Amino acid sequence: MNREEAKRLKELSYRMMIDVLQMTTEAGSGHPGGSLSSKDIIAVLFFKIMRHNPKNPTWEDRDRLVFSKGHAVPILYAALIEAGYLDRSYITKLRKFGSPLQGHPEWNPSLMIEATTGSLGNGLAMGNGIAFAGKLKKKDYRVFVLMGDGELQEGTVWEAAMFASHYALDNVIAIVDRNGLQQSGPTEKSLSVEPVAEKWKAFGWYVQEVDGHDVEALYDAFKAAESVTSRPKVIIAHTTKGKGSLIGEWVTEFHGKPLSKAELEKLLPQLEEKHIEEMKEIDVN
Amino acid sequence: MMSTREAFGKALARIGSEQSIVVLDADVSGSTKTSEFRKIYPERFINFGIAEENLFATAIGLAYSGLKVYASLYSVFVLKAYDQLRIIAHDNLEVKIFASHSGLTNASDGWSHQTVEDVAVFRALPNFKVVVPADAVEADSVTEESLSVKGPMYVRLSRSESPIIFEKGFKFELGRGNVISEGSDAYIIANGNMLSPAIRAVESLKKEGISAGLINMSSVKPLDEELVIKAARSSGAVVTAEEHSVIGGLGGAVAETLSKSYPVPVEFVGIRDSFGQSGKLEELFEFYGLTAENIALSVKRVLERKK
Repeated sequence: MNREEAKRLKELSYRMMIDVLQMTTEAGSGHPGGSLSSKDIIAVLFFKIMRHNPKNPTWEDRDRLVFSKGHAVPILYAALIEAGYLDRSYITKLRKFGSPLQGHPEWNPSLMIEATTGSLGNGLAMGNGIAFAGKLKKKDYRVFVLMGDGELQEGTVWEAAMFASHYALDNVIAIVDRNGLQQSGPTEKSLSVEPVAEKWKAFGWYVQEVDGHDVEALYDAFKAAESVTSRPKVIIAHTTKGKGSLIGEWVTEFHGKPLSKAELEKLLPQLEEKHIEEMKEIDVN
Repeated sequence: MMSTREAFGKALARIGSEQSIVVLDADVSGSTKTSEFRKIYPERFINFGIAEENLFATAIGLAYSGLKVYASLYSVFVLKAYDQLRIIAHDNLEVKIFASHSGLTNASDGWSHQTVEDVAVFRALPNFKVVVPADAVEADSVTEESLSVKGPMYVRLSRSESPIIFEKGFKFELGRGNVISEGSDAYIIANGNMLSPAIRAVESLKKEGISAGLINMSSVKPLDEELVIKAARSSGAVVTAEEHSVIGGLGGAVAETLSKSYPVPVEFVGIRDSFGQSGKLEELFEFYGLTAENIALSVKRVLERKK
């Protein structure tokens, strides 16, 4: 990936972060922390890797994204706004009565929301179903499934992991957003999920570990996954909860608590300053 | 004599030429009779092993992709996947569940393999249709009709063989009950394995000079409210009979309809808020009062209340 491409994705990631903060502050609830740990993964998927078309959202050959960590849906809505599926005015509609931007995703293919999630542990199996159907219909679309790391505590994840490798679903690419935190604290304190990579390997998956905020590394991992056949693939993306939002990083309370309007107003210029610095850094490196 | 699961298995293999059908199994296809479909269409048959939640979560993805999902497993193990069933219901997906070994019919296996509450659970799930066929002929017709039913559907099938009641060519219609016999003193509304004892109850009551009508109400949801109200209006008393808890099943559905539209005394034949146990099927039906004698007694009781 060239430098301009990396800058474009980082710019989109930044814009989605601002969207998420505005949406959740406007809504007065939501999960900004887990949304922001996924921002670079979503940027690379939505704006570089996935084949999709905002002008023809239900195109049958489109790649699918199953957003299994449903509580982090503000980042998906932000991507839909940036990609043109949703008008920018929807920034004020998160969790509002009558809005399609429900607190957790609801299946709506015309908005590229491919699955109803919110109850953790189901997205991988749903993705397997979409992938199995693709094989039956001889379609070459791919199914990306974004999972949380706390979600790995759900037994259904491992039932689905076993299924995908048994049926050699090489059109399934799972991403584990390994931000290390869940509602009550570190995953390893609540119920340890480590060793994560070894578990997936034992279930027959092709496993990669990357820095989940390095857009180039993410891109390379997706590309490497494309060339592997006959088995499902997982990318363990090491991330930081609340990434980029300065106050939110590694603070557990940020999981389900948005900023107040005053806090956000104070923060925005600082975020912009930091973003300009980071973009300069990409130029230097 | 034939079991409803066997009739379903044969019918499913027959309608299986429809290319959008996929059949899901949790390693019980020999028991559920989906093995008949598997033999002809192995590429559209998926064995999930013993993992029911995964089966129904994957069913969601298959249905999102435009496939018609037929899932068949023991009814008690369908209920393991309640979280996934809620999503199927919410998204109004093309998932048809044909649950075998329901009610007490898995008799000797005991309570862990029997269901007394499944109809209540599925009635409460928005968008789900709930059907309890009475014999093999009706189960065959329900399977065929299910292809044109939109959205999720729960069909309750039995492990045990039961007498054939309906003539060949009988057609099931969702939301419609069938009058088996007319009566003027009271109406019995029954379904599933309680239809046969209800027929015997009608005959014995007749000998005592009591005219009890009988309705087969396999379609519990949507319920044939019009027919239920008509029966209550013409006779003034109703007895429901089902191989299920008296809470939330056919009896509950009938009582909800009558209490708002045409209140008459109702008696409920069914399992009294308890689980099953091991035994012979006849022993269990006797113990839980699922008999012709108890239905007849309930008719007499409701006639007392009618006075």
